[in-house]
Amino acid sequence: MRLGVGLPNSVPGAEPRLLLEWARRADEGTFDSLGVVDRMRYDSLEPMTLLAAVGACTTRIELVTMVVIGPLRDHAIFGREAATIHALSGGRLTLGLAVGARTDDYDALGVAHQGRGVRLEDQLAALRDAFEAASGPGAGPDLLVGGGSDITFVRAARYADGYVHGGGPPRAFERAASRAATAWTDAGRPGRPKLWAQAYFALGDGAGLERARSYMRDYYAFTGPFAEKITEGLLTTPQSIVQFVRGYEEAGCDHLVLLPALAELGQLDALAEVVAR
Amino acid sequence: MKIATVGGGPGGLYASLLLKKSAPELDVTVFEKNRRGATYGWGVVFSDRTLNSFREADYPSYDDIIEHFVIWDAIDVRLEDTVVRAGGQVFSGIARRRLLDILTDRCTEVGVEVRFESEVSPSDLGDYDLAIAADGIHSLTRAGHDEVFRPRISEGRARYIWFGTTLPLDSFTFIFRSSEHGLFQVHAYPFDGRTSTFIVETDHSTWCRAGLDQATEVASIAYCEKLFEVDLRGHSLMSNQSKWIRFPTLKTKSWVHSSDATPTVLLGDSAHTAHFSIGSGTKLAMEDAISLARAFDERKAVSGDPDALGAALADYEMERKPIVERFQEAALQSQSYFESTTRYRNLDPEQFAFHLLTRSGRIDYGHLRVRDPHLLERVDRWFATHSGGDERAVVAPPPALVPFDLHGLRLPNRVVLAPIAEGTATDGVIGGADAVALRAALEASAGLVVTDEVAVSAHGRITPGCAGLWSEAQVEAWEMLLEAHAGRAAVRLNHAGPRGATKPRRGGLDRPLNSNAWPLVAASAVAYGRNAEPAPLDEHTRAEVLEDYTRAARNARRAGFYAVLVEMARGYLLAGFLSPLTNRRDDALGGELRGRMRWPLEVFDAVRSGFDGPVGASVCAHDWRRGGTTVEDCLALVEELKKRDCALIEVTAGATTARFTPHLDPYYLTELSERLRNDGGVPTMLGGDITTVDRINTLLGGARADLCVLRGKP
Repeated sequence: MRLGVGLPNSVPGAEPRLLLEWARRADEGTFDSLGVVDRMRYDSLEPMTLLAAVGACTTRIELVTMVVIGPLRDHAIFGREAATIHALSGGRLTLGLAVGARTDDYDALGVAHQGRGVRLEDQLAALRDAFEAASGPGAGPDLLVGGGSDITFVRAARYADGYVHGGGPPRAFERAASRAATAWTDAGRPGRPKLWAQAYFALGDGAGLERARSYMRDYYAFTGPFAEKITEGLLTTPQSIVQFVRGYEEAGCDHLVLLPALAELGQLDALAEVVAR
Repeated sequence: MKIATVGGGPGGLYASLLLKKSAPELDVTVFEKNRRGATYGWGVVFSDRTLNSFREADYPSYDDIIEHFVIWDAIDVRLEDTVVRAGGQVFSGIARRRLLDILTDRCTEVGVEVRFESEVSPSDLGDYDLAIAADGIHSLTRAGHDEVFRPRISEGRARYIWFGTTLPLDSFTFIFRSSEHGLFQVHAYPFDGRTSTFIVETDHSTWCRAGLDQATEVASIAYCEKLFEVDLRGHSLMSNQSKWIRFPTLKTKSWVHSSDATPTVLLGDSAHTAHFSIGSGTKLAMEDAISLARAFDERKAVSGDPDALGAALADYEMERKPIVERFQEAALQSQSYFESTTRYRNLDPEQFAFHLLTRSGRIDYGHLRVRDPHLLERVDRWFATHSGGDERAVVAPPPALVPFDLHGLRLPNRVVLAPIAEGTATDGVIGGADAVALRAALEASAGLVVTDEVAVSAHGRITPGCAGLWSEAQVEAWEMLLEAHAGRAAVRLNHAGPRGATKPRRGGLDRPLNSNAWPLVAASAVAYGRNAEPAPLDEHTRAEVLEDYTRAARNARRAGFYAVLVEMARGYLLAGFLSPLTNRRDDALGGELRGRMRWPLEVFDAVRSGFDGPVGASVCAHDWRRGGTTVEDCLALVEELKKRDCALIEVTAGATTARFTPHLDPYYLTELSERLRNDGGVPTMLGGDITTVDRINTLLGGARADLCVLRGKP
């Protein structure tokens, strides 16, 4: 299993300079990828633009969106953005896409929430076609689909290269992974789905931890009572992180990305130390 | 901190007891609307695992409980007059009334105030810091906040009634007996040394036929006593305001309402119910109580700090909800089994019992092997001797390794490999990675290897790299590949129809070719997803395609295939005829199911006549889309196929159209396969989420399929 780290692009206090320094350090270290999240109506840096910049100041690390709310974006422009980042970074981009769970993001852009699933499918097909048209079969970034319902797994099997899991204990991931593989085989798709996953971490104590928790509560406030549950899932100790990583590895995850809940460079270094293998 | 527990059942009492015990400064009051001792129900069952958790949670009540327990370690399955016993299943029973007494006394002992004959409404709870809603499935405490808890109740289809009896039992006993009206079943277990619970259940139509919908309580008792006369051995049935009801399954979206002045938390039946056949609601409620009390302790919620309380409630919900949801999933599986037992009454007792024990997916072949090796030897022996195995063999192999007779073709075992093709054929000639994968499968000692879709004509291909059986070069390539493995490969013959002329599948499905696409045909001009629109088959093109199938069938024989599967599912040409979603013809090949089946059956006949060997079909058991085919339609198709000597049915679902609503839970195809097999009377091959031999043994042993496709681990 490969291991990535998130860029704190929606965490309060993440100055642009910090984000780029974070990216450079991760690139120099051992992490396999840098992940970004996407939310329209939240104080955050736009993920595609950020990845373009990050691609320019790093050399080897993979870049992944976990996830971009696809239906909010125009297929053609988005496809060109992605292809450009992929080309500039030397083929390091992976695109995680989902319909997202926030109606306010759709409202903000005047995009209809209804029909978002079909729109995502159209987009996946359009992206794949555009990438191939530009550079031939198999070209372009890998496409991943996020979400949790059975239709997600069928979408991944029909249109994408894999599935990106939204979080939770290893057993939950294992169940989702098994569904993804079942849908893949049932669809008659050769090979196997690439399985990505994510989790939040915040190493430290006292005030820092409290800030991390309140960020989580705030970021996920739109989920109502689930915000508390998501916050509870925050990995806060080295022990919980290594166990979590191992659990995902055993459950068949290909690539796990640990997202920071604190925008401090110390978090990146501390995590690197915890997961050093 | 003041806590009000609404409802003095085992869950409410236990939660109150545990909370008060861990923090004596808490003020806990239980409000119970009935008087003490006025309880419904007979006995409650706990597994030894549940008992262990009681021991840890509160030793004095545990000690008291086990003193009054009846313990047994077997499940008996009686099918008419034969009994199959499964040992190693340790359970205990206690009278519900006794349990309540123990918990009430213990509550009083630790300082919980238990108020009987005391009703409270949510508005009376303003003085409390927390309300525990333990007032049952129709909880009034929950009712005011439907928008938060979002309860949903769905009722089962079967009717059941609770009785007690003085019949002593030495096991958990399932009884299945037929009257002239239909099949009835009993769930019976001992609980206090003198009395046993005796639940009678039957399907709705049997219930009506027996006149029980109109019967009084006395008449119901008389009917059941007569039907189960042999089993009751002269003992009578006792009622406790017994009524025939349907089981209500309650699910709630959330268990905690924290934004109110008084936070409310659901516990036990007010949060969830699960069919009684896999465990009692009491067990779940008491486990809820343990979890809630532990979360309180860990979060130091007794301090009265709202954040600590919120965290404790979140912990509780987070810990219990996934466990309960999985339990409910298994319970629904079990419930659905008991709603359709009539389908299995013709199974032999060994297989019937194995099927019953593995019904919910929580116990599989491997578990039973550990719990009762003798039973599994009996099942293995039965399976082997009734399914073409050698009855003289000193050791009976597990079901997966028992040979299967595919219309005279003896498969050495029942594990199927079906590698998915990358599309590396050239002009339909098998080669490259696909040939390598097939060779590996053929060398892996599987009972049967099934190819991916093999086209009957160049225009019947899915992708340009799809293998075929229309040319001599193709026949030769297959022959070379199969030579060393004769007798073990089946070819899936297909015409891609509306799913043809697409790009290689490595990059996704149904992506139309940019260049060199061939014209598509289908039942009607309905495009498959984003693929090009096909032309409806006319009389002329139909004759051509029919000829393609016949030629491919003959070629399959010459190439060395020993069996053929005619692809009638997955949205390809024949599937398009079968489903009303894709067949809009107004000629004799459209309209009602009989018309829609006509041409696919004609194709099947053509393949049968061209291939001297077993011919089966892949069918779609359910389109998973509104207006599409259902398992009933598929049963009608299977009936027709059976008349045509169909050797095997491969069960699939969905994919008739590009968009459908999938059901991917691990048992999603199992039930469909089981229906086609046991109602349709044709052997079935099952794929999907099958990754272990243990699972294959479970499916085969329980008469759910005859062959299983093993999928590589993800």
